[in-house]
Amino acid sequence: MTAMTLRHYETPLLKTPFHPRTEALNKLWAWGNWGGYTTVLSFDDLAMEHSAIRNSASVYDLCPMIKYRIEGPDATAFLDRLTIRNVAKLSVGGVQYTVWANDAGHMLDDGTLFRLEANRYRLCCQERHLNWLSDSAFGFDVVITEETEDIAALSVQGPTSAEILRIAGFDVSALKPFRMAEFPLGKGRLMISRTGFTGDLGYELWTTPDQALPLWDLLFEAGKLHGIRAIGSEALNMARLEAGLIITGIDFTPADVCLREDRLRSPLEMGLGWMIDWQKGHFTGKAALMAQRDVGMKWSFVGLEIGGNISAEGAILYHNKKTEAGVITGAIWSPVLKKNIALAQVLTKYADGANIWAEIYALRELHYEKMMMQAHVIDRPFFVHDRRRATPPGKF
Amino acid sequence: MPSFDTIIIGAGPNGLAAAYRLATKGAKVLLLEAGAIAGGGANGLAHLSYNLDPRVLSEMGLPKLGLAWADSELATTALSPDGKHLRLEGALAERISGEVSAADRKAWAALRGRLLRFAKVLSPLNQMTPPRIAKGADTPLFKLGMIGLKARIMGAKNFRELGRILLTNVFDLLEDEISDPRLKGALAFDAVLGGWAGPRSPNSVLPWLVRLSGQTLGVQGAIGLPKGGMAAIGAVMVKAVADKGVELRCNARVARILVEGEKVAGVMLEGGEDLRADRVVSSLAPKTTLLSLVGARHLDAGMTTRARHQKSRGGAARLSLVLKALPDFMGANPKDRLVIAGSDRDVELAFNPVKYGRVPERPALEIVIPTAHEPAKDGMHRVSIVAQFAPHAPADREAARKAMLAACLSQLETHAPGIGKLVTSAEILMPYDIEDQFGLPGGNWHAGELSVEQMLFLRPMPGIAQYKGPVPGLWLASAGCHPGGGISGSAGWNAALAMEAAE
Repeated sequence: MTAMTLRHYETPLLKTPFHPRTEALNKLWAWGNWGGYTTVLSFDDLAMEHSAIRNSASVYDLCPMIKYRIEGPDATAFLDRLTIRNVAKLSVGGVQYTVWANDAGHMLDDGTLFRLEANRYRLCCQERHLNWLSDSAFGFDVVITEETEDIAALSVQGPTSAEILRIAGFDVSALKPFRMAEFPLGKGRLMISRTGFTGDLGYELWTTPDQALPLWDLLFEAGKLHGIRAIGSEALNMARLEAGLIITGIDFTPADVCLREDRLRSPLEMGLGWMIDWQKGHFTGKAALMAQRDVGMKWSFVGLEIGGNISAEGAILYHNKKTEAGVITGAIWSPVLKKNIALAQVLTKYADGANIWAEIYALRELHYEKMMMQAHVIDRPFFVHDRRRATPPGKF
Repeated sequence: MPSFDTIIIGAGPNGLAAAYRLATKGAKVLLLEAGAIAGGGANGLAHLSYNLDPRVLSEMGLPKLGLAWADSELATTALSPDGKHLRLEGALAERISGEVSAADRKAWAALRGRLLRFAKVLSPLNQMTPPRIAKGADTPLFKLGMIGLKARIMGAKNFRELGRILLTNVFDLLEDEISDPRLKGALAFDAVLGGWAGPRSPNSVLPWLVRLSGQTLGVQGAIGLPKGGMAAIGAVMVKAVADKGVELRCNARVARILVEGEKVAGVMLEGGEDLRADRVVSSLAPKTTLLSLVGARHLDAGMTTRARHQKSRGGAARLSLVLKALPDFMGANPKDRLVIAGSDRDVELAFNPVKYGRVPERPALEIVIPTAHEPAKDGMHRVSIVAQFAPHAPADREAARKAMLAACLSQLETHAPGIGKLVTSAEILMPYDIEDQFGLPGGNWHAGELSVEQMLFLRPMPGIAQYKGPVPGLWLASAGCHPGGGISGSAGWNAALAMEAAE
């Protein structure tokens, strides 16, 4: 994947193991840079791609997700000290959504932690953290390996995803949410976890790069009667907003790159306090988080429903249409909910949502129209469906 | 089994000072010492006193308990191989005898006055908890304001001069004013004693000012030699704490600090014995305390990294000679503190190879002959030497030790011909030997380099500069904390005051 030539700088973006297939399907030629990789923003029709997530099955190339292998006798102790959740409670074959913070309790990243064996884990996240992980490893008998390029990963999400996997030869009907199972694939192995970023029934598939193209072809052959469709990052972003999930660097600025002190956010301020295990013993940032818990936090993270049908992306929020109260970090008009939804950082004193207004600018044929639309704080996820948790999944 | 509310690890001057202060305020203190006797660096590492804390001296009643001085204002002779020595008498070379130009005498008198004045302005810092920058930290703004005011009251000219020289280097400072190489050499050597810096290293003036803020019997800049040697200071401090009911246990090396429920619960000794107390005060180096005794899993990752990165390189070797007779340094008074520094340039040249892990050909030496003051019963003479600079992490420790000893003996022979034949035994401690014997990381005298970037709110490291450790119940009272090392007890005393303030 990283075969470098002397002129590599002329093509700085890397290609994922699925690139031959994504390139062939990319009718709009809409490419984006995700973590240094050439990735598809939208293949052909954004509405149809989003529809596939909610109505049939979508396939998304996950390879640029950063992955670390963490192994050794102290792996669990290391991860318990690194992250805010209780890792000891995660059983082998389980997956945990998690967060880690610095000494000041400010968020560095979120990610998913896979317990592959008793003393072997995989941590998947948005940003690169080898330095933080290595520094955190001092005093622990643990080996940390960056394995982003050693793994090819796809996300298969949507109501027909389980059925497509069954047809492809992978019976995942017994797999519960946040569990994983392993299958043979060609000369290699395929690990399937019931995880995803859509809030829907869905799976993430993990294999070696040499198995990438055969896996893709197998899935598309298996799914041709079940509405399988490749999707780009734009459709996924819509689905994750409907699911109320956050993205590092978009919904908060990670502490290690954040320049402005007042932009740092703790897990409490990002609405993730429910994950903190205060009883598990020491972890990095705990003292700071306890102090914040006791004093109260300045910022809160909320879901909003906003009037009208113009997406409030990036809008400033006001209390009583006058006083700045926060900012919207992500917003769409949801095709599934037929509602205008948003995620927002709001000053805690306004987080009850009374009298909050979003300043939206609608560009209509080269003229902006400014609108003050009332925003109501509502529970996340915005989109909930029983099929997300149903085991075994429904048949199609 | 008696119960204690406070366990202090390390019975060096800081551990003893903290123990005394806490015991007088009613604490039940157990003082643990890894070695066979208490005293820490006073037993065989430091050989002169320059900054014994006046609070420790008077409040612990050390003179009444028997602390006396062979000389409380030791003169220095800057040795020259041709016998044309300079004798620097009084505190910080107040008077100079020997061949020095009138211009140099005048320039030195002015510079000396400024240095002592600046050091005096800064000296209250030694006796206070350092400020912290963090919001909500208890920063002694009034005391800082007073120091600032006193600095400003010196007048615009002096205030500007303090600002100019504060972060400059010793070599340039001396070169601006003085031309005599022997004088510059002796002063440059004093300035960098115990540091990992040559005269030309950036910011070498400030550590010198810190050194000059110390005193002996109320005389700023004076160097003292206690009767019975430096170990006498440790011995009287032990008497003082015993009078206050502190229990001292020697040969009790702490294996780790017990942390239970995210609070300090006591210590475990190397033999496996658990000793319980809600408060543990470590006068060991902060690096050792945090990384070896507490352990990373009880600390935040960033704090652990800062502890790992704290610079702690020692540049001084310690040489002890036994001689059949008193050596003759070409007529120099053997009771003086004898300095072989050559010139400021020579001191810098002695530092250069150390940067690359090698041994200098001509190390600078500070020589004290205690038996010239108090004859030994066996009639032999003891010569105690600090040799700078010595590498703290050479590729081959054994070879470096041999080379360093040979280089020191060669320097001695040049300045006292025939001394080699008098030597009956020679023992040298390289910085790594000092680390092994005294537990000072890298063999650094200050248990963490005393350099600008590791001072005040940055000492021992950001976030824990006010003696309170990162685990509830843990306190740091080491030379690695503000204001640094020497046989002073200042950090221990300050730490005890911080504990009182926190109650």
